[in-house]
Amino acid sequence: MPTTPHPRHGRPGAAVPLARRTFLGGALGAGGLAALAGCGGGSSGGDAAAGGVTFGLNANAAIPTAGYDAVFEAFTAETGTAVTVNRLLYTEQVNNYLQSAPDDVLIWNAGYRMRFFAEQGLVSDLSEVWSQVGDGVADGVRQACTAADGQQYLVPFYTYPWVVYYRPSLFAENGWEVPTTLDELESLGSAMQGKGVTPFAFADQEGWEAMGTFDALNMRVNGYDFHLSLLDGAESWTDRRVRETFRVWEQLLPLHQTGALGRTWQDAAASVQRGESAMLLMGSFVLDQFEGPDRDDLDFFVYPEVEAEHGQDAVDAPVDGFMMVADPDNRDGSLELLRYLGTGAAQDVYARTDANTVGTAADVDTAAYSPLQQKFVEVLASTPNLAQYLDRDTRPDFAAPAVIPALQAFIEDPSGVEAVLEQVQQQAEATFVD
Amino acid sequence: MTTTAPAPARTPPRAAGRRRRPGVAHLGRRDTAVLAAMLGVPLLLSLALVWGPALLSVALSFTRWNGVGELTDAVPVGLENYRQVVTNYPPFWPALQHNVVWLVVFLVLATPTGLLLAVLLDKELRGTRVYQSAIFLPVVLSLALVGFIWQLVYSRDQGLLNAVLGTDVDWVGDSSINLWAALLAASWRHVGYVMVLFLAGLKGVDPALKEAAALDGAGEVQVFRHVTLPSLAPTSVVVLVITVIEALRAFDLVYVLNRGRNGLELLSVLVTDNIIGEASRIGYGSAVATILLVVSLGVIVPYLVVVLRERRGAS
Repeated sequence: MPTTPHPRHGRPGAAVPLARRTFLGGALGAGGLAALAGCGGGSSGGDAAAGGVTFGLNANAAIPTAGYDAVFEAFTAETGTAVTVNRLLYTEQVNNYLQSAPDDVLIWNAGYRMRFFAEQGLVSDLSEVWSQVGDGVADGVRQACTAADGQQYLVPFYTYPWVVYYRPSLFAENGWEVPTTLDELESLGSAMQGKGVTPFAFADQEGWEAMGTFDALNMRVNGYDFHLSLLDGAESWTDRRVRETFRVWEQLLPLHQTGALGRTWQDAAASVQRGESAMLLMGSFVLDQFEGPDRDDLDFFVYPEVEAEHGQDAVDAPVDGFMMVADPDNRDGSLELLRYLGTGAAQDVYARTDANTVGTAADVDTAAYSPLQQKFVEVLASTPNLAQYLDRDTRPDFAAPAVIPALQAFIEDPSGVEAVLEQVQQQAEATFVD
Repeated sequence: MTTTAPAPARTPPRAAGRRRRPGVAHLGRRDTAVLAAMLGVPLLLSLALVWGPALLSVALSFTRWNGVGELTDAVPVGLENYRQVVTNYPPFWPALQHNVVWLVVFLVLATPTGLLLAVLLDKELRGTRVYQSAIFLPVVLSLALVGFIWQLVYSRDQGLLNAVLGTDVDWVGDSSINLWAALLAASWRHVGYVMVLFLAGLKGVDPALKEAAALDGAGEVQVFRHVTLPSLAPTSVVVLVITVIEALRAFDLVYVLNRGRNGLELLSVLVTDNIIGEASRIGYGSAVATILLVVSLGVIVPYLVVVLRERRGAS
């Protein structure tokens, strides 16, 4: 299902569609059917060198790959255990991957995305590793790594907040101030429009991008707890509180770029870079779209307060980390690797290559971080509630088939939101049954 | 089908007297074994790789299964998946409709255009090979790449098309036009494919027939209608079946453009959305796949029945 992975890993570029194509071309071509999905596909698990550990790396872009190479090198130097990396884009075939011949350890996302596999018994309980490396890890991160049975199934590695990026130089030039409330945001918006600048760059071509705006607004309007229960199927999408979130969004839509459904998030970032738009709510992977002086001229703020009751007390902060398959070839080696990956030392090695994320361990060396990274740390420490992002906080068979079309329909025609929410609720009722 | 087609290659009387046609009864044991192997192996492969999964998919469409564990974990739910798909799945009806539009556009516009190009390029024009290659090129490119190319053309802010036209049209995002934009891109590719098939067919048309017709006073159009087109009949069957298949399994292009959403829903995308991926709804997706199968068969089987019947009548 095309939900969003860590965009750095699953995106950008055509890599994922290409990987899928091979598989699909076969399945669809063989008679217009895809029943094969249940029976085959997947990957070949690598055989580790004797005593080594195999690792599934769901990435092929230069930065994460180089970062992990450095981490594994350091691990091998320290322990003598070799790590064989299999680079596979398994995001969308993870079901088959985990059931065929998976690697011992694999990179994955926290939240519902992890819980699903934990509940299916496809991955191992890692609370033992947590007891060794989990001290001082933020509560929100721990929660995100914990399944319904109260045990942890994911060793966290890094995280990053979804925040509003802007160019301080543009703000300074126009005497604009960072808004902290809805009113301030709206008057700032009109000031920007007065200068011919679109307040928010906005993209939703692939459908996952606007989830960030929904998350931010729903948590500001209704609070973190309501947001998560809604995504857990425990609240109704036709509830007036959800309607209120969309009312606020509708009120803010004129501040957003039009034509979002035909714009990629990279194009949205480019419009900020060109100064045509002033702000962009996005994950920190967007920083890679800015180079040199443009990148230095970026700062961010957390989404402004809407309801005083909730203030700015929640933010999307997806956590990526590692799971161990249910039956690894090398259990001891895998646990050793996971213990290492959970340490600040390992995360520091990674941070040297990837400056868009921050380590989750309590003892990461923040002094070596860039100013933006240090500000990430601050935001994450001062925000009591950390969500994972819509498609990581709810069932994958609900997020993509139901929520994405609904958000897109809303963006295209906000006046039809009642009917759209009714459809979402009907689908939720049909989906959240087991 | 018209009867002006060149007479089917009946065995000339001369040859008939000289050698009896070998029938199955006259095959040696070794020949039978070879024949059995050559028919049997493909048959088995087709059963195992095409019909097996197809029937399994139909069976799965009556179950609820998340793709984890054994097939026996699938819970039978009767027609529930179909009921959900038809009544509680907003993208379904648009997808079905888009598939039909796709099919009609391919049949009415893209395929005839391919035929036209083939006829034009079959003449000994200067540089005909260059044109042929240029038009065929999109077929060689992977559709994912084709999608990427059109992404660059259609991008609203930085796209080629808006830059050239000086417009501000949201080609991919506006759900009232993006289907047509996608169809243009898909046709761009399909035309080349059809052209090559027809070109191959045209090479088999005996030029003497055309000359004879021309000598009898037939104009270009008449020659085309009464000589060329009928001789292309066997190719046309293939082309039409391919057109139908291509239209119904269209996937990559819309998937690359916007993941097949917001105006670009297609049945194949819905199948993928549900079946591939984490927490897959295998039963649900299989129901959509089965519907797609029925639609495909519903178009192709009647067509082939008619064609084969005519053929039998003609010989």
